[in-house]
Amino acid sequence: MNSQQLTAQQPTAPTRPGTVVEFTGVVKEFSGMRALDGFNLTLHAGECVALLGPSGSGKTTALRVLAGLESTDAGSITIDGIDVSALSTSKRDMGMVFQSYSLFPHLSAGENVEFGLRMRKIKPAERRRRAAASLAMVGLDDHFDRFAHQLSGGQQQRVALARALVTEPRVLLLDEPLSALDAKVRVQLRDEIRRIQTELGITTLFVTHDQDEALAVADRVAVMRAGNIEQVGTPEELYSRPATPFIADFVGLSNRIDGLVRSARAEVYGTSLPLIDPATPDGPVTVSIRPEDIEFAAEGLAATVVTSSFLGSLRRTTLRLADGTILFLQHGVRVHPKAGENVFVNFTGAPVSTERVETASVAQQQS
Amino acid sequence: MTGLTTNGVAHAPSRTVRTIILGVVGVIFAVPIVAMIEFTLRAGLVGGYNVDRWVALFQSGFTGVYRPVLVALGNSVALAIGTVLIVLLLLIPTMLLVHIRFPRLRRVLEFICILPITIPAIVLVVGLAPVYAIVARMLGSGVWTLAFAYGITVLPFAYRAIQSNLDGVDVKTLTEAARTLGAGWGSVLLRVLVPNLRRGILAGAFIAVAVVLGEFTIASLLNRVNLQTALVVVSKVDPYTAVILSLLALAFAFLLLLVIGRLGAPRTRTSRRRTTVKGPA
Amino acid sequence: MYVLLFLAVPTLIAIGTGFFDNTGAFTLATVAALGDPVVLTTFFNSFWLSALTAVVGAVVGAVVCYALLGARPDGPLRTTIDSLSGVLAQFGGVMLAFAFVATIGIQGMVTLYLRDTFGLDIFENGVWLYSTTGLILPYIYFQVPLMIITFMPALQALKPQWAEANATLGGSTASYWFRIAFPVLAPSFIGSLLLLFANAFSSYATAAALVSQGSQIVPLQIRAALTSETLLGRENLAGALALGMIVVMAVVMVGYSALQSRAARWQQ
Repeated sequence: MNSQQLTAQQPTAPTRPGTVVEFTGVVKEFSGMRALDGFNLTLHAGECVALLGPSGSGKTTALRVLAGLESTDAGSITIDGIDVSALSTSKRDMGMVFQSYSLFPHLSAGENVEFGLRMRKIKPAERRRRAAASLAMVGLDDHFDRFAHQLSGGQQQRVALARALVTEPRVLLLDEPLSALDAKVRVQLRDEIRRIQTELGITTLFVTHDQDEALAVADRVAVMRAGNIEQVGTPEELYSRPATPFIADFVGLSNRIDGLVRSARAEVYGTSLPLIDPATPDGPVTVSIRPEDIEFAAEGLAATVVTSSFLGSLRRTTLRLADGTILFLQHGVRVHPKAGENVFVNFTGAPVSTERVETASVAQQQS
Repeated sequence: MTGLTTNGVAHAPSRTVRTIILGVVGVIFAVPIVAMIEFTLRAGLVGGYNVDRWVALFQSGFTGVYRPVLVALGNSVALAIGTVLIVLLLLIPTMLLVHIRFPRLRRVLEFICILPITIPAIVLVVGLAPVYAIVARMLGSGVWTLAFAYGITVLPFAYRAIQSNLDGVDVKTLTEAARTLGAGWGSVLLRVLVPNLRRGILAGAFIAVAVVLGEFTIASLLNRVNLQTALVVVSKVDPYTAVILSLLALAFAFLLLLVIGRLGAPRTRTSRRRTTVKGPA
Repeated sequence: MYVLLFLAVPTLIAIGTGFFDNTGAFTLATVAALGDPVVLTTFFNSFWLSALTAVVGAVVGAVVCYALLGARPDGPLRTTIDSLSGVLAQFGGVMLAFAFVATIGIQGMVTLYLRDTFGLDIFENGVWLYSTTGLILPYIYFQVPLMIITFMPALQALKPQWAEANATLGGSTASYWFRIAFPVLAPSFIGSLLLLFANAFSSYATAAALVSQGSQIVPLQIRAALTSETLLGRENLAGALALGMIVVMAVVMVGYSALQSRAARWQQ
């Protein structure tokens, strides 16, 4: 499912002609370890694609290979159809924002932003004007003369973003730019990155291990695992139709429950639920059910409340079934279950994924 | 994720460049050491080489002409122990006290501890001479009294070694945790802090030993005998033996510092290597 | 903290004795002796010897640090070089003098080799090993290791992201070194350079072991003043010389802190 062999087409073109990036069968090894294992991905013009995955899945390597910071062992990378494998980083015309500490400490914010323009031999006056404009875009026009250590983490990353964009690069690369920031700033900057990216219509590759970030920022999300893409799709597709239990687990929260598939429906604790893929063969399965697809009811499956925590706009409750299975629920804040309380629940939505289990392990799980 | 490995853009030199630089500098720096070895192996004026002198030195068991060296070595070792005691009993408690109870004094302590670097030993000697005239009257003119002066010269090195360890350990929280668990100050110090600072303390002590064994200026000008001054005396009589002894001392010091390096290597994750600043040679 | 008496009192005495004559009366006469042409020459000798060896040591040391950049900090290469540097920088002294006598002394290995192989007599114009010139090589020998010890952490603190950011912004390797690495390293480099200078300036052991006659550099002159029994009252000159040294060291340190505060503009 990872081979998106799309040709360079121009979809709904944004404000300026975007750039198409294509990875084909890229392999990268680090001392015997395959960080990228035949990696294929196409970034359409003006599109923001998030590479999501646990650490060690190869997502950062994919970005660094595109930036030219790592060489490839096999495969090709093209930008607008031209192979860039032999091109050095400085010639690739990329803007990159690093995880942290990437501002040059001896230069002010403005001088940092000017750096790329200076490398392109642009005249001082114009350089200054463009740097100021770029800083204004990230809301830091009055911080031109500050040094990195005088800026907060969020401001540093804004400057880094301004610096990456001021040269009007063909592709914007974001390498976990938010992971060193605290929660609130992270959300703010995330939305701002999305706004700027959409405004400029710049083709963007965004690497993150945070699913919320990926879902919020990207047009499409590619979930990586062991050097390859496990699934790529819009955030909605990924959430509601995860291709594998790994995705179901990694993107959003899900309950893994034992069930049985019989004639294209899944039976879970006596409830018959529809299947996303009707072709699923009969037999014992583990289904993944989203916490919002389980609801309290007057009667149904009996359970005991373990804990319930208030999360602001919603509440998450942990239940234990008679057989010991643990369930997570997400529901409105008006319902307030107490620990130890006996309740009933119903399954209301279809499992987002099903996984066949070998009979041996079923026996084990049901004991 | 895996980006730790070197790549095309890293600022580190390539393997070849590294080998060339280290090779050239290494060879140049090896020449004097090789020359020392060559010197000790010379077989008299007729030419040729043998190991007679090494054999003679070890067979003689440091008697006769070499007797003073043995005495001096004893002196130096005694001084080293004395200096280490000063570091252990004075510097460490002071540092811990400042760290835990009086964090505001930290800058002051740091300044005081680093200060000896800026004052050349030779200058110190000028002032120490009258002080030692008094010390000698009160405590006798034993060589061990030099340990007080060495305590000062060692201060910056010991301070740096211990401080870098102290920075890596959350002493305050550890202390508070131990206190809430009912430990008295004594057991906090011995059972909690010292084990956690073991590495820094050991490094500090080792450096103190190395500095004291290599010290020449103060001992020489106060007319005390230690390893280095004795070496100079011996070199006037028998340069070959002096060189052999020097080689042995250098090798010993190298091993000592290698041990420190090894001690520092594990368990430090982000902190830099604990190297030392340096004072007068 | 009473141990500080062994620091503060001696220093004060050292400075103080410079201002008093041997009857105990306050005088500026001995300080005025600092203006003596002979004394001035020694200070000048000390100064250029320290400056020269500091610069050479700093440059060579920095190059070695650069070479070590790719090596793992806790790998055997680094540990060995760290330890070697520690030994040579701190432990050298007298032994270093022996080493150079064995190398380029009159009967030294290199001296003989050059003479026998190339017919080149390095002492054609007199034996310079035991003069100020002769101190240059031994001093460099302990300056380079000291540079390695003090400068390595600074070089290590260069973030790989800076090189990468430079590259993605279209910069070349040259632009990385000249526009980023050198400016960032400059304060540490000059700081180390000053430390090396101070180190050479106050170094005594090597010189004392190597130079037995004459007092071409300040520490040796202090020795002469301290040990001379022929001229009574000369110990006050030692005080004055010590004062002179402290003044030079103070100037170096003031320079150092001025530099630090300038760098503090972009450092924490």
